[in-house]
Amino acid sequence: MNKQDILLISYGHFEKDFLEKLAGDVTREFFYPVYIEAGHIDFNDYYDPERRQYDGNKLINVIDTVFSSYNSKRIGLFDVDLFIPIFTYIFGQAVFNGNTGIASLYRLRNEHYGMKKDDNLLLDRFRKVIIHELGHTFGLIHCHMPTCVMRSSTYVEDLDQKSHHLCLKCRTRMQ
Amino acid sequence: MAASVSILIVDDEESVRDSLYNWFIDEGYRVESAENAKKALDILESKDFDIILVDIKMPGMDGLELHRRIKSSNKDTIVIIMTAFASVTTAVQALKDGAYDYITKPFDPDDLSHLVRNAVRQIILKTENEVLRNKVISLENIEDLIGKSNAMMRVLKEVERVAQSNSPVIITGESGTGKELIARAIHSNSPRKFFPLVSVHCGALSESLLESELFGHEKGAFTGAMYTRKGRFEMADGGTIFLDEIATISAKMQVELLRILETKTFIRVGGNKEITSDFRIICATNRDLKKMVEDGTFREDLFYRLNVVNIKVPPLRDRTEDIPLLVDYFIKKYCTSMSRDMISIDPAAMKRITEYGFPGNVRELENMIERAIVIGNGKEIRLKDLPFEKDTINSSIESLQDLEKKHVRQILEKYNWNISRSAKALKVDRVTLYNKIKKYGLKPSTN
Repeated sequence: MNKQDILLISYGHFEKDFLEKLAGDVTREFFYPVYIEAGHIDFNDYYDPERRQYDGNKLINVIDTVFSSYNSKRIGLFDVDLFIPIFTYIFGQAVFNGNTGIASLYRLRNEHYGMKKDDNLLLDRFRKVIIHELGHTFGLIHCHMPTCVMRSSTYVEDLDQKSHHLCLKCRTRMQ
Repeated sequence: MAASVSILIVDDEESVRDSLYNWFIDEGYRVESAENAKKALDILESKDFDIILVDIKMPGMDGLELHRRIKSSNKDTIVIIMTAFASVTTAVQALKDGAYDYITKPFDPDDLSHLVRNAVRQIILKTENEVLRNKVISLENIEDLIGKSNAMMRVLKEVERVAQSNSPVIITGESGTGKELIARAIHSNSPRKFFPLVSVHCGALSESLLESELFGHEKGAFTGAMYTRKGRFEMADGGTIFLDEIATISAKMQVELLRILETKTFIRVGGNKEITSDFRIICATNRDLKKMVEDGTFREDLFYRLNVVNIKVPPLRDRTEDIPLLVDYFIKKYCTSMSRDMISIDPAAMKRITEYGFPGNVRELENMIERAIVIGNGKEIRLKDLPFEKDTINSSIESLQDLEKKHVRQILEKYNWNISRSAKALKVDRVTLYNKIKKYGLKPSTN
């Protein structure tokens, strides 16, 4: 794999179909080949019992180390509640201009907010988080265009307001 | 604006410094960090920062003392105190000493985001003096709003003018003219651009769903409401709410909307606490609201409350001179997003496009160009790559002969004048097709 490849690493159980749809969406957005791999870690090592959440920074570090030989952009996919020391929670996180990021489904489910389960919406939200974090690894900062995927989102409703596409300005900036 | 705002983070915990540093870099700010007060003061000797985030508890000189020293040398710097839950009383002391605000660790991402955006807004207000405010402002952060026609220039001028105010706006125009784009342009060029633009398509929601969407609901408000949920008005705090298809809302929602516009406060469904939100409202409709008022289907008081500024977006047929610009723009947009080489457009195809009436307006043109790029030859958009079904219906063709002539010509063009393939598609033999070509005097296009 070279630096233009993108690797989606699933930690935990994800349906094959679900991952393939995500990979397709990511390919269409960045035009780089996207590969899927299953990652294995002991989640206990990253669990903070006081916060009852998983440390996003440590997870990024371990993915960075384990997959250092791949030399491609990689995003760890999780289904656990993630945090970084300063924030109560995060949907995802990435190293700016780096190679590694993470994204979690945990807070993207409608059921988490007392609403009806919606698998299509879940897929849509997750792909937006993944594409957003990958955007950071490609050196993109948050964008003020309301529909751009690089607009920052702190609530799922913010995610629903934007598209899963880069705006023309961000795309040009990336190229 | 974000890139010109500088932030200094002062915290002894490396993980906090790094996380904040990354978050602000992602937001586009210029960021530096220091691990203690002394280092921060050293940095401040040679550089000024717009915002300084200071941890209250640090070994050596604490955050309160650092804050006092910063304020004694630069009163304008915005200092935000970061504190653990236990030291809130100390943070309150910092506020009394002139700190901008404080935030308790760990932060809710939205709280930090709001706090910093508010600080940035304060910086903008400070730097924008009267001269700047009155100068001609050029529009930024707009996509897809293309045009140099007088009709479009009038609209853009109006957008520029209203963006700076807080007045409600109604955008009217036919379907596909870009009303939502106008709303985005107003928001993106207003001082509210650092806060959310929240869009609600009123026509797509039932009355009860719309009520819950707009005002939010409390846990247990109705079956299935297991958690408290913020409504769109609450989410739009500091920013703009865009209500599309406003003409479709029920009489009950019209009353609710009128009330919230008057008081800027509301109560979540199933709740009893009044919530205040600082939002700007922009509405859009393709219907004649004034006529609806006359018919008694839209409240007059709500109409006048919303109709402070009315922007009419012209249909594409009234600004045909913009069509070539739009075509070029959409070619660039879709070739870039599909990662293809730039393509051109055949003059015959461009002529046909400019002559077409576009009942679906810019949206129809955009879809047409996207489709032509997808199905085309990758070099240029040809006449045969464009669908003109509606044109056929609206055209002046009356006789069956004219219709046959047009259809035969279209099929021949579709198959590059390959007689066998065209005859097969028309389900006639080759001789019949030759006779039709001769009868109607058809010739291959020179383009």
